[in-house]
Amino acid sequence: MSIIPTKKLVFRVFRFNAETDYLPTYINYEMEVTHEEVILDILNRIKWDIDGSLSYRRSCRHGICGICSIKVGGKAVLACKENVFQLVETFGEELLIEPLSTKRSMKDLIIDKDDFWVMHDKVKPYLISDVEEHPEHEHIVTPNEAEELLEADYCIQCGACHYSCPVTEINEQFIGPAAFVKAYRFEADVRDDAHVERLDVVNEEVQGVWDCVKCMECAEVCPKDINPIEKITKLHNMVFAEGIAKNNIATRHAVYFKDSIAKHGQLNEAGLVIYSEKGYGMYKHLKVGMKMIAKGKAHINPLIVPKSEKLDEISKLVKISSTSKF
Amino acid sequence: MSKLKYALFTGCTARQSTPEQMMSTMAIADKMGIELEVLEEASCCGASHLQDYDDFLSLVLNARNICYAEQRGMTMVTICNTCQLNTMMTKRRLDKDPELKAKVNEKLKEVGLEYKGTSEIVHFLYAIIDDFGLEKLSKMVVKPLAEFNIAPFYGCHNIRPSEIHEDSNNHENAYAPRSLDDLILACGGKNVDYDEKNKCCGFHAELQAPHTAAVLTGNAIMGAMDNNADMMVTPCPLCHLKLDTQYEHASKAVGRDVKLPVLHMQQMIGLAFGIDGKDLGIQHHVSEINFL
Repeated sequence: MSIIPTKKLVFRVFRFNAETDYLPTYINYEMEVTHEEVILDILNRIKWDIDGSLSYRRSCRHGICGICSIKVGGKAVLACKENVFQLVETFGEELLIEPLSTKRSMKDLIIDKDDFWVMHDKVKPYLISDVEEHPEHEHIVTPNEAEELLEADYCIQCGACHYSCPVTEINEQFIGPAAFVKAYRFEADVRDDAHVERLDVVNEEVQGVWDCVKCMECAEVCPKDINPIEKITKLHNMVFAEGIAKNNIATRHAVYFKDSIAKHGQLNEAGLVIYSEKGYGMYKHLKVGMKMIAKGKAHINPLIVPKSEKLDEISKLVKISSTSKF
Repeated sequence: MSKLKYALFTGCTARQSTPEQMMSTMAIADKMGIELEVLEEASCCGASHLQDYDDFLSLVLNARNICYAEQRGMTMVTICNTCQLNTMMTKRRLDKDPELKAKVNEKLKEVGLEYKGTSEIVHFLYAIIDDFGLEKLSKMVVKPLAEFNIAPFYGCHNIRPSEIHEDSNNHENAYAPRSLDDLILACGGKNVDYDEKNKCCGFHAELQAPHTAAVLTGNAIMGAMDNNADMMVTPCPLCHLKLDTQYEHASKAVGRDVKLPVLHMQQMIGLAFGIDGKDLGIQHHVSEINFL
């Protein structure tokens, strides 16, 4: 008879009731775990065998409904998909179990996901198309056209990326990676006629794609490997392609890279700040700028920039390979 | 073992805002007997911002940079996380998409170049760990940093997305990275564990979203301070710029005075090797190095 190998693990679980508690508590549950168990098995065992009051969301148990997402050791996971032993390899034998957002917890691991859905609504998450009421044939989308979605339609709206994004944590108006994926999903759909109407939403400063810090958390965490930041980059590209990029600090910041590379091969770092701030915004950077000059980190004359060798080659490539206009 | 030799892609920042990074890179390479041939022909990697504006152009320019490492028959070493990510992303995309590669090569042909995909691209941190070896490094330590609690700050673009990096960063776990911690230990220091060590410093949105960026910087320094760090260390010059020069904005954003000396990983190694601080460029720091 073979013996199933087990590990004795501690699960440190976030407990909170928004109706009665002022602060959360963390309760440790110690148990023997086998190599086949996923986090949801553990939550079920706690609820069924130890403490029936533990609250969490669960439904399909097949990684498709997206409802059971929580954080383990700070990493957002689908509880039904994530193997416990694998998590132990990363986080050790005491696993911290928390809701996706501790500040949005209503009861234990259940959060108020309202902010997530508000952002979805913002990007008009549906096909906008003038469809004939009685079409004579179906609207064929070729496989190549469907591939343009880059699997954005696989999103299960679990919120793992949204609640791992450091920007949504700080800036409550930021639309966030999941809703950006949704915006891209329809922008890339050949049947959709909205284009500019929807792009305008993601093109706004503060709420739109320009406030992304490019931390790649969304790409790392997505349990469906959808790579949200790839879609965020595509939305940036679409804004320029549709000619609706506004002349603001964010667009100037992106465009300047091309100009500087054509001229110097390198990025003129001081020039980037001056150009993006349109000169007059420089007052914000004066103090830091003066310190940097004093420490030999910046030159008093921003026109002095190191140049790449074979600059003519770079300039030529910029000229013949450019695909975007501003 | 034959001498380690790499083609060094410096990036723009090491030549401008962080001269100390260039100095310390060369100083420790010399001491370790690593030969770095500077890719003087290289252009800016686009830093993910050119990619937002003109993705194809960024691929052509990055492929061109890689060509010059290929011509030398060397692995490309980067000293900036963002250079590493953008160059590696280009390589990954071209290597798996022959059609895209052909399109890029059509442009490169106009200047007599061809991207082949024969050179690896590795951040200096991982070149040191995987090729040189921490054991060998620790044997060279003459001034161990034993009195210091050092907080590693990994920088996003070396560890995420792990799918892009795993071949070049020895499968670093983005949620529990070890490399920089191990390097601190090899230099004789004490590594500080804190939640923000693998988080974002906000650098890339500093101009467009100054408040968000300042809060992230503040959180990072605060996390290190609250765990008793004497200093921070980072492999990324962009993180360094943010942490070293933006502490006043960060303090305002988080409502608390946050400031720590921040070392480039090259400087930390250099100090442990007994190299003079001046030769590692510590005079260029804005958050003064006050512990030497």
